Amino acid sequence: MPEKKPANLVEMSWDPITRVVGSLGIHTKIDFANRRVVECRTTSSIFRGYSVFLRGKDPRDAHFITSRICGICGDNHATCACYAQNMAFGVRPPALAEWIINLGEAAEYMFDHNLYQDNLVGVDFCEQMVKETNPGVLAKAEKMLAPHSALHGYRTIADIMRALNPFTGAFYREALQMSRLTREMFCLMEGRHVHPSTLYPGGVGTVPSVQLFTDYVVRLMKYIEFMKKVVPLHDDLFDFFYEALPGYEEVGRRRVLLGCWGSFNDPAACDYTYANMADWGRAMYVTPGIVIDGKLVTTDLVEINLGLRILLGSSFYQDWQESETFVKADPLDNPIDQRHPWNQTTVPKPQKRDFQGKYTWVMSPRWFDKRTGQHLALDTGGGPLARFWVTALAGLVDIGGYVKATGHSVQIRLPRTANLPEVELEWKIPKWSNTIERDRARTYFQAYAAAAALYFYERGIEEVYAGRTQTWTSFKVPEQAIGCGFHEAVRGVLSHHVVIRDGKIANYHPYPPTSWNASPRDSFGTPGPYEDAVEQTPLFEENGPDNFKGIDILRTVRSFDPCLPCGVHMYLGDGKVLEVRHSPTFGAQLGGPG
Amino acid sequence: MPKRALRAPTAAAVPATEEIDVLWISAGLGCDGDTIAITAATQPSLEDLIQGAIPGVPKVNFHNPVLAYDVGDAFLEKLRRAAEGKLGPFILVVEGSIPNEKNKQEGCWAGFGMDAKTGQPIPTCDWIRKLAPRAWAVVCAGTCSAYGGIHAMAGNPTDCMGLPDFLGWDWKTKDGIPIVCVPGCPVQPDNFMEVLLYLLNQAVGRAPMIPLDDRLRPTWLFGSTVHEGCDRGGYYEQADFAKDYGSSRCIVKLGCWGPVVQCNVGKRGWMGGIGGCPNVGGVCIGCTMPGFPDKFMPFMNEPAGAMLSTAAIVMYGRAVRALRGITRGSMNREPKWRGTAKGPGDA
Repeated sequence: MPEKKPANLVEMSWDPITRVVGSLGIHTKIDFANRRVVECRTTSSIFRGYSVFLRGKDPRDAHFITSRICGICGDNHATCACYAQNMAFGVRPPALAEWIINLGEAAEYMFDHNLYQDNLVGVDFCEQMVKETNPGVLAKAEKMLAPHSALHGYRTIADIMRALNPFTGAFYREALQMSRLTREMFCLMEGRHVHPSTLYPGGVGTVPSVQLFTDYVVRLMKYIEFMKKVVPLHDDLFDFFYEALPGYEEVGRRRVLLGCWGSFNDPAACDYTYANMADWGRAMYVTPGIVIDGKLVTTDLVEINLGLRILLGSSFYQDWQESETFVKADPLDNPIDQRHPWNQTTVPKPQKRDFQGKYTWVMSPRWFDKRTGQHLALDTGGGPLARFWVTALAGLVDIGGYVKATGHSVQIRLPRTANLPEVELEWKIPKWSNTIERDRARTYFQAYAAAAALYFYERGIEEVYAGRTQTWTSFKVPEQAIGCGFHEAVRGVLSHHVVIRDGKIANYHPYPPTSWNASPRDSFGTPGPYEDAVEQTPLFEENGPDNFKGIDILRTVRSFDPCLPCGVHMYLGDGKVLEVRHSPTFGAQLGGPG
Repeated sequence: MPKRALRAPTAAAVPATEEIDVLWISAGLGCDGDTIAITAATQPSLEDLIQGAIPGVPKVNFHNPVLAYDVGDAFLEKLRRAAEGKLGPFILVVEGSIPNEKNKQEGCWAGFGMDAKTGQPIPTCDWIRKLAPRAWAVVCAGTCSAYGGIHAMAGNPTDCMGLPDFLGWDWKTKDGIPIVCVPGCPVQPDNFMEVLLYLLNQAVGRAPMIPLDDRLRPTWLFGSTVHEGCDRGGYYEQADFAKDYGSSRCIVKLGCWGPVVQCNVGKRGWMGGIGGCPNVGGVCIGCTMPGFPDKFMPFMNEPAGAMLSTAAIVMYGRAVRALRGITRGSMNREPKWRGTAKGPGDA
């Protein structure tokens, strides 16, 4: 370990963080002598109040309303809300409806990861950016032949970087165009992107014609062909960073504490009853589970549910410890904690930002590990990393020969397409939960979703051929009920918890992935995942404090795929502040592109 | 590149400016769904306007946080210059509803960037107060910034509202252009980009003042109802109403508000002509309307007005359907001389 030099601390802030969905800001204290971030805190500067204005509303409106939580994965919320309603209403949609939802959600993963990875994250790795932050790395990239150039067509790593330049880069534009094709696929199944029109509790309103499936599959095969180029392209780019910058694996690295709530229900298994939830959860085509220090500790959705805790500590809300307990026990008679989302009462308390006290609108969701008594700050790895890690270790998934979990990896088979032969991909459990691996998993998951969609297409059209074209099951809204939905939003764990009384919503709490990832220090003093991942991150940027861009920090924050009006603020602890600067304005601006 | 002043909206058709900044504030109470939506547009696409693919209009310098290269103060630089009147002509786009920051003791419901002196977030309201008076045109992207939308629902804690409620319905830019509202939750991608293209044409004097209705919507987009453009309208006419979701018949009795909601989604689809709402099996929940969402909830109940109108059409609709059934049966049979080797004249 190199000798630690005396700290040379500079406070720097980036606010807003761009190229993420939502308002995001960063304050850092950077030790330039040792090239490390000293401390970091996360905050949000926007509050809308869904849990407040959902009270008293018709429970059937929940998915229409909660879709509007997010403008890039609203459909994940709508889907999750329908899952929770199905449980509360005791309704099981026809199999065809589940295949249609799975096809819509698969298209969402294909679209969203594609747009985010190649049009937002990709800019952090583009030629223009690398030239400004690490000219030495760009010089290496110019000389480095891309190992898979035969597959993706770019000769050197620098050629890949040029292709990622915003709007002028060929791959940037191709990805943007492809993100439209996948959104068309989405619209076929769920009506509209991003707030679906055809989802309902009990099923879908989508008309299941032969044409629907034709229109979907011709687009899907184009995307699968695209994936055969995209995966090796990103492997080349990400592997290059490890090679060009030894030690880069430490950037954004944190303890392996990953949660995945499962995705793609199997209609043969999923009856939406709470009592059977562990079983139908394990039948999902992406396995739910929690990985702690590389070990899979559970795949049981009931256990996952029971461990949910919403802590305060740094957030702008009144505590609800003494408020009403809506749900004392779950349908299996397990006691439900007062800090569980079913029992949460949200009362906002706007106040000034104070880094010594309350500083954010985000709360601190944690998972209570009854084995150790700890409240774990799980992260989602931006979504794909946790999905892969859990699915790989669980070894339960086998999707019709297209996707298979092996216990240590996930194999993905992409069949022959118009111009390219069949391709076998394999995502292997990486050594680290870090920035590069979060990004790499995102690319592989695009292929996962596409391969799974091919299976869902085959099952869906089979129903149509067999004449089983009903897409919706009727139901009655009960006077009293509870429900929960578990799903994977594009960037990770998503849960919706509803309590119905007198036929109306008495309590409703959605927990999207960024609530976990962007959470602040909780009442035990445990930092949230962004804070944790950025703190102690080594800095490889070649610029000094005068023209510092913060690229390694920004890559880390973006590797989590932040996605709700939330904030990240990094903050200095006890170190002496030498200087205070806002994000340095320098370098070529993109203004007047094209 | 130096910029020349934009012409007044009624000016002659002489190109007067070569590029224009579009400054997009997405830090209202929203979801960024309108920003994401416009990346789906193809008529025109974002690249079309940024790369100058449409002839005769100024090239667009697009400045939106989700799609920006720069971060932090580097990103805010242009907004700060605009607020100080030091930027050339620009179009301000507002996304998200505007909170009432006066209904509490302290803190802020919505902020964007940080005030270097205080360390506190800069309220979104302050940005709008500073930028709107400097803008050549102001556009609301989506229903939240137009009329309040979902976040202004009954029981909301933020007292939020649309931009016309915030600035005033009669408010005009310094160049005399009213607020332009492009509602939709989210905004239909091509609708928004087409409005932007219209304004670019207006900016160079090629198009007259943008025609707006009294709710500040472009008339050519929002002049008709969903129903008037819905491909299920024929079922309605024949009183053929779906009882279950998933049917291809008219879904007005399942909660569709299409007959009274002003929106072109039935005709335009969602993107590339694909998707939409009632045309593809989703009840219209009125998401383009000022009364959204409260006046349309619960969304899955039949609208009260529809009960009356569907009852009124039953007798006519059933009769017409029966008569058409007879005619259709006849038309489905070939003329009787076919296959008999005898033409009509050979009897």
